[in-house]
Amino acid sequence: MDTYYHPKDLGHFPDMGKEAPELWQKFLEWYTAVFKEGALTEREKALIALAVAHTVQCPYCIDAYSTACLEKGSTPEQMTEAVHVAAAIRGGSSLVHGVQMRNHVEKLSM
Amino acid sequence: MGLVTLLNSKSPLADSAAQRATLDALPIDASFARAVASAGHAPLRTRGVEVLQVNVGKRCNQACHHCHVDAGPDRTEVMPDAVVDACLAFLERSGIATLDITGGAPELHPRFKDLVVCARAAGRHVMDRCNLTITQLPNYADLPEFLARHQVEVVASLPSFAARQTDAQRGEGVFEQSIAALRRFNQLGYGVEGSGLILNLVTNPVGAFLPAGQAALERDWKRELARRFGISFNRLYTITNMPISRFLEFLEASGNLQAYMEKLVGAFNPATVDGLMCRSTLSVGWDGRLYDCDFNQMIDLGVESGAPQTIFDASVQGLTGRRIAVGRHCFGCTAGAGSSCGGTIAG
Repeated sequence: MDTYYHPKDLGHFPDMGKEAPELWQKFLEWYTAVFKEGALTEREKALIALAVAHTVQCPYCIDAYSTACLEKGSTPEQMTEAVHVAAAIRGGSSLVHGVQMRNHVEKLSM
Repeated sequence: MGLVTLLNSKSPLADSAAQRATLDALPIDASFARAVASAGHAPLRTRGVEVLQVNVGKRCNQACHHCHVDAGPDRTEVMPDAVVDACLAFLERSGIATLDITGGAPELHPRFKDLVVCARAAGRHVMDRCNLTITQLPNYADLPEFLARHQVEVVASLPSFAARQTDAQRGEGVFEQSIAALRRFNQLGYGVEGSGLILNLVTNPVGAFLPAGQAALERDWKRELARRFGISFNRLYTITNMPISRFLEFLEASGNLQAYMEKLVGAFNPATVDGLMCRSTLSVGWDGRLYDCDFNQMIDLGVESGAPQTIFDASVQGLTGRRIAVGRHCFGCTAGAGSSCGGTIAG
């Protein structure tokens, strides 16, 4: 079945460098540096990436960072908690916009 | 526990030739001999014998899903007395500094304590590859005290500091028993700074992925085992699962075999080749046959034909510089930071 997302397409990510090799190189260097151990460990950064992947709903990133989290030593429990953090922020973000709704309703109402 | 071995479930993969054929049949452009040649080892040879690793048999009180030995309670292969004696005699005459005892659960062997006592009396460093739960069996409750008395290094298997992952790999209830065993080892001074009693942990990934970086993971494990259970240990060794035996069966059944092999091959790290354990280890099978490593032993890849074939005619001179038997499974030891019985090889 044809779909917009194909798991094998992740392997073709470097093809994005074909038309703009300098930009691709800059992206790769920056990306690699971001995930190196710094004030945060590589494991912690992979957990953040996993949570963000769920927020941006990128199936490639979810596959890639599920593997990365396991290979950095996170447990499925820790990964699940990270996804809950993403979900809580998404849910909370919707809910907090209710204040805007309330403000607007208040302005219009008697 | 209570899992079935490949042999007794009559799996085709119980046959070591079938395991090798399965790996060789994968559509991957990969030759380990070619890979190590690119790292300056054409062919790969041993540099000596620094560790005598003796596999005393396939009997085990557990039957872990990833076991490369296909060990279990239903296995009957046990090293005969004559082979045990030959191992000790070789250790004595060779001057090899370290005896590494493995299995199965090596402590189930009736001569286990003999092996330890004789090797220690000869001044050798002795390592026991312990599954931890063996110490919780009534007849083996004195093992930790025995090991401590003889200052044996304990290398204990624990895939995760979480119960679910440990039990998923090693069997229901293993985690709880492992924690009880680790607490007992700690009480005796094992893993406690300044005691001189070494307790190292070994973790294999619980699935078709590579192990985490050893140094970072060790920091996490020390923190988590102390926080959750008050347990301390010396070093954490991360070991890659080899695509043989029961882990190979898991890879096939779960549809991960091709991708896992591609991952191992793609992660080949030339910097690991110098430190490969096969270059300095001699592995002895339960029947006395010699191998370059415990993995080769399990797929029946013996030492090269010109070298001594059994422990009865072993000599360090005859085994040094021998050509190492290699296959596609060997990519498991060279992936990423590399893997050995002592954990990471490079970095």
